[in-house]
Amino acid sequence: MNEENNIAVEGENNWEEKVGLAKMLVGGVIMDVTNAEQARIAEQAGAVAVMALERVPSDIRKDGGIARMSPVSKIQEIQECASIPVMAKSRIGHFMEAEILEALSVDFIDESEVLTPADEDAHIDKSPFKAPFVCGARNLGEALRRISEGAALIRTKGEAGTGDIIHAVRHMKLINSQIEELAGLGDWDLASYAEKLNAPRDLVKQVAKNGRLQVPNFAAGGIATPADAAMMMRLGAEAVFVGSGIFKSSPDPEKQSAVARAIVEAVTHFDNPAELVRICQNVDVAMRGEDTAEIPEEKLLQSRGW
Amino acid sequence: MVNARRFPDLSRTAKPTIGVLALQGSFPLHIASLQRCGVETRRVRKPEDLENIQGLVIPGGESTTMENLASRCGLFDALRAAGRNGLPIFGTCAGAILLGKGTERPERLQVVDIEVRRNAYGRQVDSFNAELFLTPFETSFHGVFIRAPIIEAGSENLDCEILGLHEGHPVLIRNGRILLATFHPELTDDLRVHKLFLEMCELENGNPGEEIREESGAGQARENAF
Repeated sequence: MNEENNIAVEGENNWEEKVGLAKMLVGGVIMDVTNAEQARIAEQAGAVAVMALERVPSDIRKDGGIARMSPVSKIQEIQECASIPVMAKSRIGHFMEAEILEALSVDFIDESEVLTPADEDAHIDKSPFKAPFVCGARNLGEALRRISEGAALIRTKGEAGTGDIIHAVRHMKLINSQIEELAGLGDWDLASYAEKLNAPRDLVKQVAKNGRLQVPNFAAGGIATPADAAMMMRLGAEAVFVGSGIFKSSPDPEKQSAVARAIVEAVTHFDNPAELVRICQNVDVAMRGEDTAEIPEEKLLQSRGW
Repeated sequence: MVNARRFPDLSRTAKPTIGVLALQGSFPLHIASLQRCGVETRRVRKPEDLENIQGLVIPGGESTTMENLASRCGLFDALRAAGRNGLPIFGTCAGAILLGKGTERPERLQVVDIEVRRNAYGRQVDSFNAELFLTPFETSFHGVFIRAPIIEAGSENLDCEILGLHEGHPVLIRNGRILLATFHPELTDDLRVHKLFLEMCELENGNPGEEIREESGAGQARENAF
């Protein structure tokens, strides 16, 4: 096992394969899709994976009610047409939904705050699963708690379905600055820092030593345009999830496809503004969005989970 | 044959530069592995990035995504031309899929006449790791297979050297200047497959490569430390 790149978490099942898949998604875009047609558009646009959903997050916000795992038939429809990895969401703590998704051979399970939580005490114990999990995190403590439960990939918990990137930016910057703070600390200070973060001490020490999380860190939540995606990459995201930003950009599938293609290219060429001009030239639509500052605190999805 | 104008001989002091296709995937890990072997690396994102490199790595990742991005900027055709003109290329997983031939998506470079079947083991739950016995090495190599492809046995292709098998399928295969692996040496600390590829790059350039041999020695010491 590679000490620098693959930091083993004790007792993990298939840890190399789980984190390995996360590393293969680096530099890519994972797109939310609700049917086979959208999955086809996503794959043709160059997505590295699709997230099979019943409704995109902006519709979940609008409709209210209880949001649950997608119907099995919907996931199977998408699996049949996609040759790239297919991810799907389970509710926070809903290990039975996760077991069903694993039995469906879903490639990555997102234990997601976008769905209504099922357990107020515990997230899913992800270690025994053969399928890898991705979980959201707003700060380093939250990221390390999820990793200690067996998450093989972390993503920001930007406010899903709003097209407002401010929270994803905040989470990415905070995690990276907390990792930097750790670098200068001695053992005693690290122990206090671990207490402050409410995170396992051994994981905090590993992060301090390596200057990075044990697993890749992607951006998610509120990313709507090629420039948004490139900005998250510049802030240190290793790949990007895009939800409502593609299929809510326009009712016209041609325009949706143009947005999808442009976001894929923007993630590859994120450090080259001249290329980004060319990439953005074919995009004249974006989802309308919703200013998260106008959403009451208790309605924020990111506050689900801890 | 090697095009001398495109792939010039190295001076004895210059470190060889190996390009790494950096559109998507495990390219940061390949760059780290190559740098530990003591060579210079360059991220390849445009056709002109292929100039003056002594070898190219096509990393693991999503082959459909790489094909898509490469096609948009003319890089796909440039990669095919470079491979067919004799540039040494090492493809891991998605890279092997792209370099070979096959009927499923994506479109292939077909630089080698070897069929590489995508997602042939199944989905992520079928990903696995295995100790591999590879003919160039004396001890086993830890192979990590992620949604891996299967190389259909290249017995009909007499130029192919099968350098390792897993359950009857070739996992490391060399065809002239092209090296294909269905596993991910870039996910481990073991540099032996990368060094094998660098030897292929050196020989093809007719360069004694003193510097690189020295660096390899340092790499070996590091490897033994693990």
